[in-house]
Amino acid sequence: MDIKILGPGCAKCQQTEKIVKDVVTESGVQASVEKVTDIMEIAGYGVVVTPAVVVDGDVKSVGKIPKKEEVLGWIG
Amino acid sequence: MSEITTVTEARAGMVPLAKVEQVDTQPSLIDWKTIWKPLSLIAGAFLIFFWLPIDNNRFAGAVIESLALAKWYAQEHVLLCLVPAFFIAGAISVFVSQAAVIKYLGAGANKILSYGVASVSGTILAVCSCTVLPLFAGIWKRGAGLGPAIAFLYSGPAINILAVVLTARILGPEIGLARAVGAVVFSVVIGLIMHMLFRKEEQAKAEAALLMPEPEVERPLWQNVVYFAVMVGILVSATWGEPADLTGLWHAIYSVKWLLTGFFAIVFGVLLVKWFHVRAYKVVLAAAVVLALAVIFPHKPLIAFSAGIISMVVLITSTRGETESWFLSTWDFTKQIMPLLLAGVLVAGLLLGRPGSEGLIPSQWVSSLVGGNSLWANLFASVVGAFMYFATLTEVPILQGLLGAGMGKGPALALLLAGPALSLPNMLVIRSVLGTKKTITFVALVVVMATISGLIFGHFF
Repeated sequence: MDIKILGPGCAKCQQTEKIVKDVVTESGVQASVEKVTDIMEIAGYGVVVTPAVVVDGDVKSVGKIPKKEEVLGWIG
Repeated sequence: MSEITTVTEARAGMVPLAKVEQVDTQPSLIDWKTIWKPLSLIAGAFLIFFWLPIDNNRFAGAVIESLALAKWYAQEHVLLCLVPAFFIAGAISVFVSQAAVIKYLGAGANKILSYGVASVSGTILAVCSCTVLPLFAGIWKRGAGLGPAIAFLYSGPAINILAVVLTARILGPEIGLARAVGAVVFSVVIGLIMHMLFRKEEQAKAEAALLMPEPEVERPLWQNVVYFAVMVGILVSATWGEPADLTGLWHAIYSVKWLLTGFFAIVFGVLLVKWFHVRAYKVVLAAAVVLALAVIFPHKPLIAFSAGIISMVVLITSTRGETESWFLSTWDFTKQIMPLLLAGVLVAGLLLGRPGSEGLIPSQWVSSLVGGNSLWANLFASVVGAFMYFATLTEVPILQGLLGAGMGKGPALALLLAGPALSLPNMLVIRSVLGTKKTITFVALVVVMATISGLIFGHFF
């Protein structure tokens, strides 16, 4: 599974990254978590409000810090 | 043999010399990568204090000026102006649906409408600079195109609610208004020019919809309008300044400003109960405390006002749901902006002093460079503003110092229009999105526009 966190590096993006990484570790799912900071790459997903979470190419959340249960729902 | 045992042996002196030389080829225990930063900070602080020119009158005066300016901000602006403005900014980011705005900036949107929306939506969307760039790139590549994207990029930082409120409060309503209006008008002009210049390069866009965040709360528009009007009412009546002339409407409003503030606060309390599910008994209790303090200390309205802010925080944090999100986003703004603003005020005070006195930089330098309203003064202010980095809101104390030291009002507006939208680091990021040619054109347009608007404004004020 391939997870991307889209965000240029604001505080909310860092919190999102931490939550996603925690959930991946806790659930034991095999997944790579990658942070995308390049603005054009972010725009390429059609995301205009960061942070956003992309799982296997699908944009799952936009413009907010997701809750742990939500993240678990996307990767579980 | 492991590194650690080698070192222990070396320390213990049990190893013959020849072997110690061999140890030099081992990796060092000292990791300079982690040391040089804190070390240079400590060394730098040491050197500053070693040569601190404490006996120099100008320096000692500047330090006092800097503290006095910070005190003035703390007494006059933090409670009445900044704190309410943070709550309003927080409310905007939680209660106003960003999706509703962004849909006017999508690929299929009406072109004229998209310029209009882009030029004013910074009030709602661009409270934090880290949200501007993704929106900008998205609007350009996937949405309404280069023109509206540029309009948004330019006007956003200048017309966000915090910037307008603080500019009008500290630098005067005419500069505050000119800043907001100038930013909106010129953003459309610059956007249109950029669109004309690079029309041929506009490639076919992916016709995919922009992805918006789902709104956290749904509320009818009229409720939002009433709610924001009441909060703005509290802000405006609490900060109403004493007019020079003792008669007329402005003075009449000034003489009842605390009654007006109280009236808006009561309406606000009712709205909290009706729409935000805050328990009525809590609101009544809070109102009673504030009213009691207002009666006991009638000549110290700050006491009752502070109690009002504290009790509001208690009310919205002890109620579950959207008021909690409101508190959190208000806190985010406060945490992000206050330290920068304090640093900005201290530095501005140290370098420029309060209006009417001097800091480290002699006033003659300022007035000879940017005094009056010459073309040169306006151009200089625009170029400096375009390259210099201003952290959110710090442009205000810096300009206050410059104006006090003899800067003309025209160049001040030029700096305000070129400054917050652009900075050297920001240009590099824009370049990575737009490419060198478009970035240079954009920067040149901003500088020229800011210079012209400074000249016009300086001519009339």
